[in-house]
Amino acid sequence: MDAEISLTVDGARHRLTVDTRTTVLDTLRERLGNTSPKKGCDHGQCGACTVLLDGERTLACLALAVAHDGAELITADGLAAEGELHPVQQAFLEQDAYQCGYCTPGQICSAVGMLQEIDRGWPSHVTEDLTAEPELSHDEVAERMSGNLCRCAAYANIVPAVQQAGGRRS
Amino acid sequence: MTDLLEPRAMGQSLVRRDGEAKVRGTATYAYETPVPAPAYAHPVQATVARGRVTGMDTAAAETMDGVLVVLTPFTAERLASTEDWEYAVLQTDEVAFRGQLVGVVVAETSEVARQAADTVRVTYDEQSHDAVLSADRDDLYAPEQVNAGHPTDTAEGDVAAAMATAEVRLEQTYETAMYHNNPLEPHATTALWDAAGDGFLTLWDSTQGVHPARAAVSEVFGLDEEQVRVVCPYVGGGFGSKGTPHANLVLVTLAARALPGRAVKLALTRQQMFSLAGYRTPTIQQVHLAADRTGRLRAIAIDVVEQTSRVKEFAEQTGVPTRMMYAAPNRRTTHRLAALDVPIPSWMRAPGECPGMFGPEVALDELAETLGMDPVQLRIVNEPEVDPDSGKPWSSRHLVECLREGAERFGWDSRGPGRRREGHWFVGYGVASSVYPTMRQATSTATVRFEDGRYVAEIGAADLGTGAWTVLPQIAADALGVDVGDVDVRIGDTRYPTASVAGGSSGTNTWGSAVVQAAREFRGKFGNDPRDGDEATGNVDQAAMDEDHAAYAFGAQFVEARVHADTGEIRVPRLSGVFAAGRIINPRTARSQFIGGMTMGLSMALHENSVWDPRMGQVANHDLAEYHIAVNADVGDVQAHWLDEHDPYVNVMGSKGIGEIGITGTAAAVVNAVHHATGVRVRSLPVTLDKVLPGLP
Repeated sequence: MDAEISLTVDGARHRLTVDTRTTVLDTLRERLGNTSPKKGCDHGQCGACTVLLDGERTLACLALAVAHDGAELITADGLAAEGELHPVQQAFLEQDAYQCGYCTPGQICSAVGMLQEIDRGWPSHVTEDLTAEPELSHDEVAERMSGNLCRCAAYANIVPAVQQAGGRRS
Repeated sequence: MTDLLEPRAMGQSLVRRDGEAKVRGTATYAYETPVPAPAYAHPVQATVARGRVTGMDTAAAETMDGVLVVLTPFTAERLASTEDWEYAVLQTDEVAFRGQLVGVVVAETSEVARQAADTVRVTYDEQSHDAVLSADRDDLYAPEQVNAGHPTDTAEGDVAAAMATAEVRLEQTYETAMYHNNPLEPHATTALWDAAGDGFLTLWDSTQGVHPARAAVSEVFGLDEEQVRVVCPYVGGGFGSKGTPHANLVLVTLAARALPGRAVKLALTRQQMFSLAGYRTPTIQQVHLAADRTGRLRAIAIDVVEQTSRVKEFAEQTGVPTRMMYAAPNRRTTHRLAALDVPIPSWMRAPGECPGMFGPEVALDELAETLGMDPVQLRIVNEPEVDPDSGKPWSSRHLVECLREGAERFGWDSRGPGRRREGHWFVGYGVASSVYPTMRQATSTATVRFEDGRYVAEIGAADLGTGAWTVLPQIAADALGVDVGDVDVRIGDTRYPTASVAGGSSGTNTWGSAVVQAAREFRGKFGNDPRDGDEATGNVDQAAMDEDHAAYAFGAQFVEARVHADTGEIRVPRLSGVFAAGRIINPRTARSQFIGGMTMGLSMALHENSVWDPRMGQVANHDLAEYHIAVNADVGDVQAHWLDEHDPYVNVMGSKGIGEIGITGTAAAVVNAVHHATGVRVRSLPVTLDKVLPGLP
C-alpha cells in the first residue's frame, strides 16, 4: 500500500509517494538520494541512522515515513547547509573523532540533539542530582552518546569532541 | 639498511583529507552509489545446517508486483570457476551451514525484494550436522599450513623433559570466544553489467582491496580483469571481513547479470552478516611454561585447537606469536582443526596474534604470581636477543622500553601485591605485551603525474578509516620534496595502478614504498621542473627488501580494572599503551588506530561473544542488541603513546604497521587486572560478572 506524504529534508520540501512499510531512513536513502544517515542494523541498535526529526535526535530506521507526514528532518549534511561546518562537525575533525566515517553522521546528529537535551536540563542515568543543571562531564557525554556504536572505537575522541563543541555553542 | 626519507610532511598531525565528507555524510559508500533506477536484491538463506535443497517454490515471489528476478541453485547460471566453495554461489544443492545462500530475489524496491524473498519456500533433505568444537574430538587434524604461510607446528629442544625437571611449571587451558567483525557498514555492493551482460562489469563494492576483489570476481565469472572495474573510495570499516570477498559479492553479480544494463544493490542485513561475512574462530589454547626460580623460561609451548568449515579451510595462526615473543631453549607450537558444519571463518583484526596473545600473556601473569615476581620484570628477563623462531636479529625491538615507559606513565609502581578495595570496588592493575609482524605485500604499483601544476599520485589502495587518503600524500610529498598541499592522491578504483589488500597492517608499508619509488622515478626522469602530463611509475618490488632481520612492532598495555564487590560488575577506567611501531607518519590518525585497536581489545575482553547454538548450528545473538561491542559508556581513559623509533630496515619511511597491534594483548591485560583486583583467574573470554562473582570474598 502506498501513501502520499510531504517531508522537509535539510530545508527542502518534498512531496512523495511511499510504501507504507518504508522507514524514514529508506525514504531518505533510497527515495530522496540523501545518504548522509547510514544503515548499520535497521533495528535501532546502532544509531548510525540518527537524524534530527522535528528537532529531536531520532532513529530514522525505527520511524515509518507514513507516520511522519509533514515532518522536518535535518541530516548531518543539513547541519552544514550553508557550506560551513557545524561546531560539532568541526570538533570531530579536530579531535579525529571518527575513522571509517560510517557511524559519524549519526554520531554528529546525536551529539547535536544531546547538547540540546543538556541545555534543557534533562538528567541522564549518571546524573547525580536530578534537579541540578547537568554538566558536560566525560561520564555524562559518554552515557548520553552510548546509543551510537562506533566499531572503529573512536569513543575516547568522540567525548572530547562533544565537550569541545558543547563549550563553544553558546 | 635503507636511506630513510627526510621527514617533513611525514610526522605532521594533519586532519584527514576525507574528514569533511565524512562529518557531513557525503562520502559515498558502496550501496549509496548514485545510479539511475537501481533494483534491489535480497538473499534467501538456508534454514538447515546440513543437507540438500530438494525444491524451491518461487511462484509467489515471481508473481508479486515489482519482482524482477528470482534465482535459485536450479536456475542460476553456471559459473566459470567453482574451485572456491565460498564463491560457488547457487551452484549446488548442497547445504553446508545454516544461513548459506540458496537464492536471491531482485525487485523494484527493497521492501518488495525482502517480502518476496520471505515467500520463497525451500524444501530440504536435512542431514544431521556436527557443529561442536572441542579439544577432545577424535577427528582433529593438522592443516598443511596455517594462515600467512606459517608452518602448522614447530618444535625445538624437548618441552616435555624441561617441564618434568623445571623448578616452576604452569600448564593451563585458555579459551577465546567466537567473534564477528561487525563493521558498521554492512557488506554491500552496487553491481552493473553492460547492456549485453557479458562485456563489462562495474562493482561499487565495500572492500579492503579493489584489485584483489576484481581478481576473485574475474576468476569466478571467467572474465578478463580488464572487463571488470571495482570502485571503493570509502569503506565503512572492515577489520578483515572485507579483506577477501564473500559470497554476497558473487550473489549480487549473478543477480545483476540477470538484469543487464540495470544496477542492482545488495546490502547484507546485520543478521545475515553473522553467517556470510566471516568471523574469528573460537580457540582453545593449552599453554605450557617451565621456568627457573629467577623467572627465566626453560620451555614455552602452545597447543591450539580451533575450527574451520567443512567446505573451506581457514586455519587461524594462533600459535605464531609464541614462536617469537620470549626466549626459551625448549619450544613447541601446534595447531589442530575441527572441520565442522559451520559458517566459514575468515580474517579478523590481527588474525593469529589477537587470540594468540591471550593465553600466553595470561599464563605469564600466572607464572609471575607463582614466582612472586613483578609481571613486567618477568617479561623483561625473558627478552630474546634474536628472533627465537628464525634466528635472525631484530630490525628493531623495543618491547622492554615499552614496558618500562608504560609502567612509568601508568603508575605501575603503586601496584601492591594484594587486593585493594575502594568503597564498593576492588581495584587491580594488569599488564600484557603486544606484537604484530611488519609485513609488506609483493605487488603494488603507483604512478606520479604532474597535472595542472600539482603532483598526483594514483594507486588502487583502500582507506577503511586507517588514514590512507591523508598519509599517502604525506609520503608522496616527502619523496618528491614538495609541500604536502601540492600533492593529490587518488585511491579506491581499479582504474588506478594495482594495489595490494589493506590487511596485515601492510598498507602504508606497501603502497607507501610504491609511491616513493614512483616519485623517485619521476624526479629521475623529469627533474625538479616537470611539464604538464609528465608521468612515472614505481613498483614496491623495486624498493629495497631486507631479508636479514625479523621485523615486528611491539607494545605494552596496562589496565586498571574495577570489580564491584557485590555484583561482580567489571569496569575498566584506564587503558594505557606504549608502542614501538617505527616512524609514525600522522600522529593524529595513528593515535586513532592505536586506541581503536585497544578499545576493540577491551570489547573482546569484556563483551564480545558470538553465542553458538550447536543444536541449530547458528549464532544465537546475531544482531547488535545482543552481540555486545563496547559502547561509549564502557570506555574510560584510553591512552596510546609511542617511542620515537625509526626502523632502518623495513622501508624508506622507517614505518611499521599500526592497524592491528593495538588489539593484541589487551584482553590478557584486562584478565590480569581483574585477577589482581579479585584473586579470580578467568581463563575463558569474555570476562563477565558470572565468572567473577563466585570467587569474590
